Amino acid sequence: MVEPAAPTAGTDHRPLLALRGITKVFPGVRALDAVDFTLRAGEIHALLGQNGAGKSTLIKVLTGVYRRDAGDILLDGRPIHLRSPAHAQTLGISTVYQEVNLIPHVSVAENIFLGRQPTRYGRIAWGDIHRRATASLRRLELAIDVTQPLSSYPIATQQMVAIARALDVQAKLLILDEPTSSLDAAEVEQLFAVMRRLKADGLGVLFITHFLEQVYAISDRLTVLRNGRLVGEYETASLPRLELVAKMLGTDACSGRPPCRPAGGPSPPTADPEVGRYVAPRGGAPLLRATHLGRRGALNPLDLHIARGEIVGLAGLLGSGRTEAARLLFGVDRPSTGRIEIDGRLVALHSPRQAIARGLGFCPEDRQREGLIPRLSVRENIILALQARKGWIRLTPRAQQQLADHYIRSLNIATPGAEKPVEELSGGNQQKVILARWLASQPRLLILDEPTRGIDVGAKAEIETLVRELCQAGLAVLFISSELEEVTRNCDRALVLRDRTLIGELGGAQLDVPTIMRLIAARQEHA
Amino acid sequence: MPETVRHTGMRRSAALIWPALALLLLLTLNLLKLDHGRVALSLDFFRFTIVDGHLYGSLIDVLNRAAPALLTALGMTLVIATGGVDLSVGAVLAIAGALAAVLLTHTSAGVGAIVAVALGASLLAGLWNGVLVAALGVQPIVATLILMVAGRGVAQLLTDGQIITFERPAFGFIGGGYLLGLPFTVTIAAAMFLLTAVLTRLTALGLFIEAAGSNETASRYAGVQVGLVKLLAYGGCGLCAGVAGLIIASDIQAADANNAGLYFELDAILAVVIGGTALTGGRFSLVGTILGALLIQTLTTTILTRGVPVEYTLVVKALVVLVVCLLQSAALREMLLRGRRRA
Amino acid sequence: MRLPLARKNVPVAATTLVCVLLYVAACLRYEHFFSWLVFINFFGDNAVLGLAAIGVTFVILGGGIDLSMGAIIGCTSITVAKLITAGHVHPLIAIGLVLALGAAFGAGMGSVIQFFRLPPFLVTLAGMFLARGTGLVISQESVDIRHPLYTAVSDFSALNIPGTGLPMLPATALIFLGVLLIAMYTAGYTRFGRNVYALGGSEPSALLMGLPVGRTKIATYSISAFCSALAGVVHTLYTSSGSAAEAGKMLELDAIAAVVIGGTLLTGGVGYVFGTLIGVLICGIIQTAIMFEGTLNSWWTRIAIGVLLLAFILLQKLVQARAAGRT
Repeated sequence: MVEPAAPTAGTDHRPLLALRGITKVFPGVRALDAVDFTLRAGEIHALLGQNGAGKSTLIKVLTGVYRRDAGDILLDGRPIHLRSPAHAQTLGISTVYQEVNLIPHVSVAENIFLGRQPTRYGRIAWGDIHRRATASLRRLELAIDVTQPLSSYPIATQQMVAIARALDVQAKLLILDEPTSSLDAAEVEQLFAVMRRLKADGLGVLFITHFLEQVYAISDRLTVLRNGRLVGEYETASLPRLELVAKMLGTDACSGRPPCRPAGGPSPPTADPEVGRYVAPRGGAPLLRATHLGRRGALNPLDLHIARGEIVGLAGLLGSGRTEAARLLFGVDRPSTGRIEIDGRLVALHSPRQAIARGLGFCPEDRQREGLIPRLSVRENIILALQARKGWIRLTPRAQQQLADHYIRSLNIATPGAEKPVEELSGGNQQKVILARWLASQPRLLILDEPTRGIDVGAKAEIETLVRELCQAGLAVLFISSELEEVTRNCDRALVLRDRTLIGELGGAQLDVPTIMRLIAARQEHA
Repeated sequence: MPETVRHTGMRRSAALIWPALALLLLLTLNLLKLDHGRVALSLDFFRFTIVDGHLYGSLIDVLNRAAPALLTALGMTLVIATGGVDLSVGAVLAIAGALAAVLLTHTSAGVGAIVAVALGASLLAGLWNGVLVAALGVQPIVATLILMVAGRGVAQLLTDGQIITFERPAFGFIGGGYLLGLPFTVTIAAAMFLLTAVLTRLTALGLFIEAAGSNETASRYAGVQVGLVKLLAYGGCGLCAGVAGLIIASDIQAADANNAGLYFELDAILAVVIGGTALTGGRFSLVGTILGALLIQTLTTTILTRGVPVEYTLVVKALVVLVVCLLQSAALREMLLRGRRRA
Repeated sequence: MRLPLARKNVPVAATTLVCVLLYVAACLRYEHFFSWLVFINFFGDNAVLGLAAIGVTFVILGGGIDLSMGAIIGCTSITVAKLITAGHVHPLIAIGLVLALGAAFGAGMGSVIQFFRLPPFLVTLAGMFLARGTGLVISQESVDIRHPLYTAVSDFSALNIPGTGLPMLPATALIFLGVLLIAMYTAGYTRFGRNVYALGGSEPSALLMGLPVGRTKIATYSISAFCSALAGVVHTLYTSSGSAAEAGKMLELDAIAAVVIGGTLLTGGVGYVFGTLIGVLICGIIQTAIMFEGTLNSWWTRIAIGVLLLAFILLQKLVQARAAGRT
């Protein structure tokens, strides 16, 4: 259901870009399902959605990287068929990607003009390039040496260069994909100033982000996607924060449960509401204590402690810093402040191997890149961490078989056999394999980052039961999830993060979905 | 439940079918013989004779001559499985031979000690490559290129640019001797193959190599010591090259630093790729490499015995490389699948 | 001490410094090193290596690798020799033919790499086997060339530069320098050249920026093969003969070494054609110095080049590490 947006002063009413019924299907998953979308000239439009909502797919369809399977794209009222990124650019759709996607070693000026360098008598006119680049950047309030390589400048500047390139190709529509992820407050303000100027010049700006404060600071209208479907288009000024958070999570703002009649799309599967809240065995000594732990540019310092038998949750929206916290605890990233104590003793974790030696385990969120060994079998993936800890002496084939079979059964991994390459399994089953790997290594503290993503209802319940059993026996768990229901159901306590900062810790009776949502949605005191 | 992800590569055992079939085909080709313009069946190629308790025959010839290439390919398998490559095996091979020759002619040390020194040097050379790649993060092609360029110079330095000949029956046994009827080289190759197989499959090393080569990040997260694994792979590769170098030197009772092992690295890489190990790393097959090396050697021998001019060997090798690459190419499979779906 | 030097230029500046230092040291040590003849011979004697290295520089700048240079040199040299002697074809036609074939061969390799997404290492390896094999099929022996044009070229090289008493740059050196200038211009002042840098810097980004990635990639391999073919022709001019087995033996790795010493990163996107010239000159200086030394033997060249290669790679790593630490 698309709620009609009331006109705001300064925006042009005719749609610059209109998407009607856009569908994109990949093998096994509907990334976009009949999505409608409208963007006007002279407006800043925010696009929001959790992981898997379909934002990046929509952008790739808009920029010509993917070919849409169904639906129409209308630019200035005329239907267009995008063949390639180059084609999209010539039509006036320019994108600034999260990873900037320019050429790092090439100079700033050249990046702006690559592919279209002005020539004189067939020879590239470097003087012209440098001059015009300097002028372009000055219009964006940036005065830098344009002959230096792009990589010698911070990300914020690189983004400005990308914007300058987009503007130089006469963009009508500028897409900014998560531009503020690596910026500090001052840089964000500079970016916003530029965006406002572009809007005044009549461009349409599509702003993809997960920072709620920024959405409210800069956008005129916003669109929310969930599970590949459109939830709605709204006037930013007239949408309360709480409602926005609710729409993104698909829950009801007041009760915290999925609404009986879903706003847009099917409600997410939930585990049996009869299963009671997890209660940790009392009296556990703190296993891990992190004090003032933080990393510049990734996580603001926070305190955290977990005792044996506890399940502590890390709740928050995408990009709130939860995974960054996990990476610090597991030794993947080096903290810039703070310290970690395990069993009361100070430890410096320089690598995952050291963390594992101290009894930690980490089931990562990025399954493909950090979890799976694709061409290895299910069995080999399951026993890998255990084997690495054990050393050079191989686990006997029988022991491996037994372990693999045990977890295939207990986690209900759908595979024709333990020898199948794990890349042939479906996403949910792959997740189970990685989970099995960490369970098999018998850690003392297990960090689970979105462990039930892509897993069906029945399996979720099985996993939750399994985890609880282990915790009753003394395992400590740090449970990271964007499904608030899951967090409240499974966790003893939960830390709530927003925009890379710890904003609260809830436990006991306070730990319920509406409270978490209120915390997240609350206006920041400053800025 | 979403559909299972599509196949992206061949399974290990399935991939062995191709080189095995090709080998079989080649051997069958050797059954045919041109006899006065008519094609006739002939078992000459497969005939064995026993003279003085030693086995002789074309097949034995193939195995014998393939031994050095087989050994270098064996070591190369491990390196490629970790996602790297070692261009210096030819040079290391030459160094080992040169070192042995110099020690044999200039000292009165025992053959055992000389062999140990030569192998130690080749192991060190391999570890050198490993340190550059694993500890310093240098790209494998560049890192091993250094030793490839400089190493041959070192070998020439050792031999003073001359071909050093020596007369040591004990040392000559390595390349020319017979054990239990079979040439000793075949025994060495078999022993190295068994040793490598035991080290990789009976310890966790094989699993670690395959994991590190398939997804280095995920392996690190799982606690695998990726750096150490790479170091061992390159060290092993150097050692295998050293053994091959000793065999070659012993075979001709001389060390030719200019030509020993020339282009060996390329044949080794080819053998590994034919055997089904992907150049990008991950799953490896020692048996596949053996088949690949035997295929190349049989190809060469077949060409020679058929009277085809030897210069065609390279052209044929080129075609083999291309065919193997195309077979392994996911892109080609996609194209064919798309074509089939339309039809 | 802070140098007024952009970080990306450090490798090529360092290598130029080393080159100059080596030259000066050699001049100081050997009496006749500092002479015009020795100087122009750097360009003449190393023209074959130089041309191949220039060609492969484009491939490496574009993020790829080429192993077929030496083999193409051998194949083209014997083809030209055979065409002239046995085929009685005029040298210019023969040369034109092999140059065209070389470019086409390179384009073929590039197309296979691009369309089937095969690793350049293996495809150019196959190309190397194919080229060397074809050359050997044409003739296993080397073939001498006797033709008025070739004698004219040699005569030209024996002339003196008018006005001075100095010997003329040999034809081989002139061809090398000519191609060098064209290559430097292409890399620095044409859209194609800049697209090569973009391709090597980040192929996915180049695609998203709308650059013609496929065409550029294929063109780099074509250029490399063309330059190798030209190098083969120059080999025939230099030796008045062609040989499939000997010409360009192991040259591909010397060429890649020269490129790396010249400051070009094997990962692509960074480097200068000028750097390759310096790399080739360094190899030439070392080789000549060792010859002058008399007591040292030729293999010291290989060792020295290996050591230099190591030093430059470590320098590159250092520069990269400090760049990463700063951002």
